[in-house]
Amino acid sequence: MSAAQDPLLQVTELHKHFPIREGWLIERKVGEVRAVDGVSFDVMPGETLGLVGESGSGKSTTGYCVLQLLKPTSGSVKFEGTELTQLGREDLRRMRREMQIVFQDPYSSLDPRMTVGDIVGEPLVVHGIGTRRDRTARIRDLLDVVGFNPSYTNRYPHEFSGGQRQRIGIARALALSPKLIVCDEPVSALDVSIQAQILNLLKDLQRDFGLTYLFIAHDLAVVRGMSDRIAVMNRGELVEIGPAEEVYTNPQHDYTKALLSAVPVPDPRAMKERKAARRQLRHALSES
Amino acid sequence: MALLEVDDLRTHFFTREGVVRAVDGVSFAVEKGKTLGIVGESGCGKSVTALSIMGLIPKPPAQIVSGSVLYEGRDLTKLSERQLEDVRGREIAMIFQDPMTSLNPTLTIGTQITETVRRHYDVSQKQADKKAVELLEKVRIPRAAERLKDYPHRFSGGMRQRVMIAIALSCDPKLLIADEPTTALDVTVQASVLDLLDDLRHEYDMSMIIITHDMGVVAEAADDIIVMYAGQVVEHALTLDLFDNPEHPYTEALLGALPQIEGANVREGRLTAIAGRPPDLHDPPKACRFAPRCRYAGNDDCTEHEPQLREIRPGHWVRSAHPASERATTLAPQQVGP
Repeated sequence: MSAAQDPLLQVTELHKHFPIREGWLIERKVGEVRAVDGVSFDVMPGETLGLVGESGSGKSTTGYCVLQLLKPTSGSVKFEGTELTQLGREDLRRMRREMQIVFQDPYSSLDPRMTVGDIVGEPLVVHGIGTRRDRTARIRDLLDVVGFNPSYTNRYPHEFSGGQRQRIGIARALALSPKLIVCDEPVSALDVSIQAQILNLLKDLQRDFGLTYLFIAHDLAVVRGMSDRIAVMNRGELVEIGPAEEVYTNPQHDYTKALLSAVPVPDPRAMKERKAARRQLRHALSES
Repeated sequence: MALLEVDDLRTHFFTREGVVRAVDGVSFAVEKGKTLGIVGESGCGKSVTALSIMGLIPKPPAQIVSGSVLYEGRDLTKLSERQLEDVRGREIAMIFQDPMTSLNPTLTIGTQITETVRRHYDVSQKQADKKAVELLEKVRIPRAAERLKDYPHRFSGGMRQRVMIAIALSCDPKLLIADEPTTALDVTVQASVLDLLDDLRHEYDMSMIIITHDMGVVAEAADDIIVMYAGQVVEHALTLDLFDNPEHPYTEALLGALPQIEGANVREGRLTAIAGRPPDLHDPPKACRFAPRCRYAGNDDCTEHEPQLREIRPGHWVRSAHPASERATTLAPQQVGP
């Protein structure tokens, strides 16, 4: 990553506020939830930026706003220099070829009435790419790449396990050869042994296709292993961002420290120290 | 004598598609004042084991087909429903994974705590209320007296789990079974709930069984650990021994598959994934259930003979033909080859 390179994605002062409405018959806005409250970061081509935080921190909302799946309240999202928030429908649709998403729940993010082949091929149809025969070949290639048996294209999602379904979801995300993939908790619904398979796959795909990831997760260990840089979110704000190594070994913000000390590590000896440390921290945080 | 002794427990589900051997030969003991961790992935039978102990499995389709659950010498599997009700809550209490659904949304927290107290003790509503306030204070819920009148939806996930713990503690049980108690919670909340459980365990002099899929949680909370795979115990050891010297290929693989939060090169490195997935318990592999995914599985010894749980060294039990400490000798001849 050279310093002279331009970022692939530039997010500046991103806000997403949801109105709270009350009232019977005539609803009026009584307040707002500031789900994302002034978040700025860059993502360089080929890198993975990990976005961690607890539930309600605004990490997924940030991901959706980046892809314009939710319209930001204010702020700017630039992809390769193009301002996405100002784009019209048609331009945005074209830009979406470059940016895809992998969702958390492989059980509900795939249409149960579509075959595996149709799910993976749908983006190609939507964007009018190739003939029917080209698409069939492309679908088989994609499934092969993600380690899913291509001869199962005519089966339905419910016939497969969580890990296999997530592979289908990843193949669909890859269909248009995007540059950026937003991974929204891609492994949190999976068992450890399957989780490792998917994380390895995501790493291999990044290496082979030069993908850029915005990797959103609540599991700090998972994020650490996937990310070059890490951004920590709390209550809609970015509290800390930096190289993964630095954020984890030398966290600056108290919230990051609390988060890190709370992670149960599979090491009974280290756990004792961590436990003492986090009791202290919790005390400090509750005072502040 | 151990507080709880489970011996060769088998709980099978008789379904239209056939018999699912969800728990198939599970044995362990919980000593007084100790915490036993049960770890395993989804479908390994860890929750069904807990429900079998409590007599809470749905019958039909499930049935305990053999084995015993000795609690202070009494076999719980032989008790009537009525007798079990006196054991549940009073002797053995249980908390569940999802604090959002295990509380009744239409009753106040106070009602839900006092109903348990009054079921087991002969006390007035007033005394029960007083006890409920004490309990909420014990689980560190602020403004306990006021919050008795609140309904569950007014509480956050972590607070609800604290209420569940308060209900569980209301009759001073000797054994607390916690089934994935922190899985639905955020990591900072999880830490505070685990700390709370640890404090209360000492205060109430309880034994605990903590069931989880998270190796980190057992590393922190358990004195000894059993690892389950496909309905069976595959390894049982003291916590330190298990993490220092895992013997079963599955335990090793599970530890290898965990993303590490510390250490160099985690970004460049790959996790050691376990190929394939757990077997279908309608028709599990005949001999060793881990054999199809095991990198050390030999030919006949793994697919013909079912390995038994054996004590490989004092206090360390394993169910495998190729435990780590015996492997160097068994595998050596193969490694010489091309």
